[in-house]
Amino acid sequence: MDRPRSICNHPVVGTEQQVRTDRVFSALGDATRRDILRRTATGGHSVSSLARHYAMSLAAVQKHVAVLERAELVTKHRRGREQLVTAEVAAVRDARRQLEDLEALWRGRLDRFSEVLAELPPGPTRTPDPTRPLDPTPPLRKAKEQLR
Amino acid sequence: MTVLDVVPDRDAKTLTLTAEYDAPVERVWQLWADPRLLERWWGPPTYPAKVSEHDLRPGGTVVYVMTGPEGDEAKGFWRVTAVDPPHSLAFDDLFGVPDAPAADLPVTRAVVTLTPTGSGTRMVMVSSFPTSEALDQLVEMGMLEGLRQAVGQIDALLTA
Repeated sequence: MDRPRSICNHPVVGTEQQVRTDRVFSALGDATRRDILRRTATGGHSVSSLARHYAMSLAAVQKHVAVLERAELVTKHRRGREQLVTAEVAAVRDARRQLEDLEALWRGRLDRFSEVLAELPPGPTRTPDPTRPLDPTPPLRKAKEQLR
Repeated sequence: MTVLDVVPDRDAKTLTLTAEYDAPVERVWQLWADPRLLERWWGPPTYPAKVSEHDLRPGGTVVYVMTGPEGDEAKGFWRVTAVDPPHSLAFDDLFGVPDAPAADLPVTRAVVTLTPTGSGTRMVMVSSFPTSEALDQLVEMGMLEGLRQAVGQIDALLTA
């Protein structure tokens, strides 16, 4: 049975999934790597051709590609003597969905927050005892006090 | 009616949620301070939360479990870092149980501030983003658009 997405991605439900998500977000948190993703989203590029776009060494670009590969955001395929880097568009879309879910979770919480607040019975606020379920305000005593 | 606003701060890697309520600060605070009320909004309807421990003091913990339609459980807890009733609350939001927090999982930090407005309360919740620069990504990919549209729709309803 399908679970709501926001819960599917709840870290408790899938620890492995969350570790992966973390890896994905770390990988996405770098401008060069995001640029590599953009370039490789439409087709394969060799690391050396990618490296021409950045003011850094080939080894540094290779490292960025490795981070993306570990996060499963890109794959490498051999073509002749070259290895071509290609973005996994579905994985990028997944990451986007995770963030949307996080937003949805909080939006849901805030919606429910309003509802609970609206349903809260009128009257003075109480300091709740955390160890006990909420007691209703003793109405009789309150009525007596008001009569005095 | 809740007016929702979401402001990302790239430098601080935080997401700020702002909501306004037509109720005094003390009443809004109750929804955090009362475990029976907290559990009514913390978990989604399909995964209702049950709060088993609720100690809103610095160093205290709030322990909850959310139970799904098939009896599957999602456990989580807060480590309260600062509290100033009924004005503010800061906690780390973790997964697992206090004795065995889920390893390798990001700790989300939350700071809730309630301030009185002319007609009610403004609740600002600053949520620090998990580990990396995920927020950066969120901004870059225009992920807040959906929420902005929702905010716009609410505004349209309010002014109609």
